[in-house]
Amino acid sequence: MKIAVCIKRVPDTEARVKVAGDGVSIDEAGVKFILNPYDEYALEEALQRKEQAGAGEVVVVTLGPEAAQETIRTALAMGADRGVLLKCDAIPADGLAVAKALAGELKDGGYDLVLFGKLAVDDANHAVGPMVAELLGLPCVTAVVKLELEGGTGTAERETEGGVEVVDFAQPAVLTCEKGLNTPRYPALKGIMAAKKKPIEAKPVAFEAGRYAVQSLSLPPDRKEGRIVGEGLGAVSELVRLLRTEAKVI
Amino acid sequence: MAGTLAVTEHKGGALRKVSREVVAAARQLADALGGTVDAIVVGAPGVDAAGADLGGAGADRVLVATHDSFGRYTPDGYAATIAAQAKAGGYAAVVVAATATGKDLAPRLAVLLDVPLASDVTGLAVELGTVVATRPVYAGKAIQQVALNAAPALVSIRPNSFAPGVAGHAGAVSNVNAALGAARVTVRDVRAAQQGALDVAEAPIVVSGGRGLKAPEHFKLIEDLARALGTAAVGASRAVVDAGWRPHGEQVGQTGKTVSPELYVAVGISGAIQHLAGMRTAKIIVAINKDKDAPIFKVADYGIVGDLFEIVPRLTEEIAKVRAG
Repeated sequence: MKIAVCIKRVPDTEARVKVAGDGVSIDEAGVKFILNPYDEYALEEALQRKEQAGAGEVVVVTLGPEAAQETIRTALAMGADRGVLLKCDAIPADGLAVAKALAGELKDGGYDLVLFGKLAVDDANHAVGPMVAELLGLPCVTAVVKLELEGGTGTAERETEGGVEVVDFAQPAVLTCEKGLNTPRYPALKGIMAAKKKPIEAKPVAFEAGRYAVQSLSLPPDRKEGRIVGEGLGAVSELVRLLRTEAKVI
Repeated sequence: MAGTLAVTEHKGGALRKVSREVVAAARQLADALGGTVDAIVVGAPGVDAAGADLGGAGADRVLVATHDSFGRYTPDGYAATIAAQAKAGGYAAVVVAATATGKDLAPRLAVLLDVPLASDVTGLAVELGTVVATRPVYAGKAIQQVALNAAPALVSIRPNSFAPGVAGHAGAVSNVNAALGAARVTVRDVRAAQQGALDVAEAPIVVSGGRGLKAPEHFKLIEDLARALGTAAVGASRAVVDAGWRPHGEQVGQTGKTVSPELYVAVGISGAIQHLAGMRTAKIIVAINKDKDAPIFKVADYGIVGDLFEIVPRLTEEIAKVRAG
């Protein structure tokens, strides 16, 4: 079983965001970067499938700056076999540009599955996975919480506002992974040591620019200073009154 | 003149609330760009009843595309049908809802139309004929403004971000062709959610519980309060989802759902950065926590410091009384 896992280097979810001098990107000084949390589910799923099959290869593919090598190393430490870095100065904000670059890399890879996280927690496009599928003409199920594979087919479940959809597909397929699919492993020391010797191939990549033109990045307006209505049971009636007459939400 | 296409969703024969918001967003763009609003309804034969009140929502025309296989959302067929109409209609903009279906559909439309996509948009403007979308990034820690230099400008809008339209428009219904696309996946079954259950991302009121509840069974307090408030959904912090107390579909925050309800009630939630990022755009925030220094109180419009096990049952009782009265 040959599986590609597309991963992204993103700022830690606990990081505070500051806008850089260019006004369109974040100030990366002091920001810790991590493997996108949803990509951990994708990677874990790939590793488990390979382990179950008893043979195969898990290839992590990322697009980003040189520093994204660290993100690949994290994935290799978890157990992926090798990495591909599509190298650029900065990750484009245009998800379609990213998808085209990834699709170009994946097209002739002979993968049975291409896995993504449901979304990247920075741009929150939730788009690149299904875009890659559409570009490659492959079946695609998004936000998968349960997966069964048998022979050359599979069944995935995805949660929607109205319930759970049970979706049949044929392999090769593109799946995006949602929290709940599995519990990602932590890299063990042995894995971290082994990762240092695993190969990472870096290739430059270029994009069509200007169609998704970020004009500004700004911090959201501050909420007005919080207000304590009171302490204990005595404050409940006052809260209800305020919700009714001042906020008018009940 | 190029118009705007609103992609609607329906459930059980009724138009979804978010679709009225999609039509309102399309109306706003059409008024600025010139042109009219077409609302497209895709479904199984008989679905056109869902289109009946789209004129009231602001659509000039309602386009209905039906096929026997469209009783359930079929990604390839829906995308092919809508993309074909988007091309045939020569629209300046296409608006989709950023729902579970819309998030699956919109990226496919982007590829079929070869245009960039602005996802989960909370505001729209037109500057010198170009659509400019406002969207939260880093789960709301920052706001991105992006100009879409492509035709059509393709956006998906976040639920509860655009006021549903009320303007009366013609809403004349006509049929358009369904396209099946490559039909690469099949939705075999849909297991319906619990009757009346609301999704946190769309509910006008969200009541969330955190670690302060101490045990999963105490979420009954949260459910009771949600019920007393009426159309409310139950949410949860990352801590309690990771602990397995609640399903991940209820998680609010940067690795869960980002919500913008009218009212957000945080019970026993301290307010980690990643949680605040997911709910800070709520119109009114109420916090109940025993720690007066909890960060949640910095963003709460109304806070009560105290024991949630005392306060929440009383609050539930008083709200039920006020709403009944």
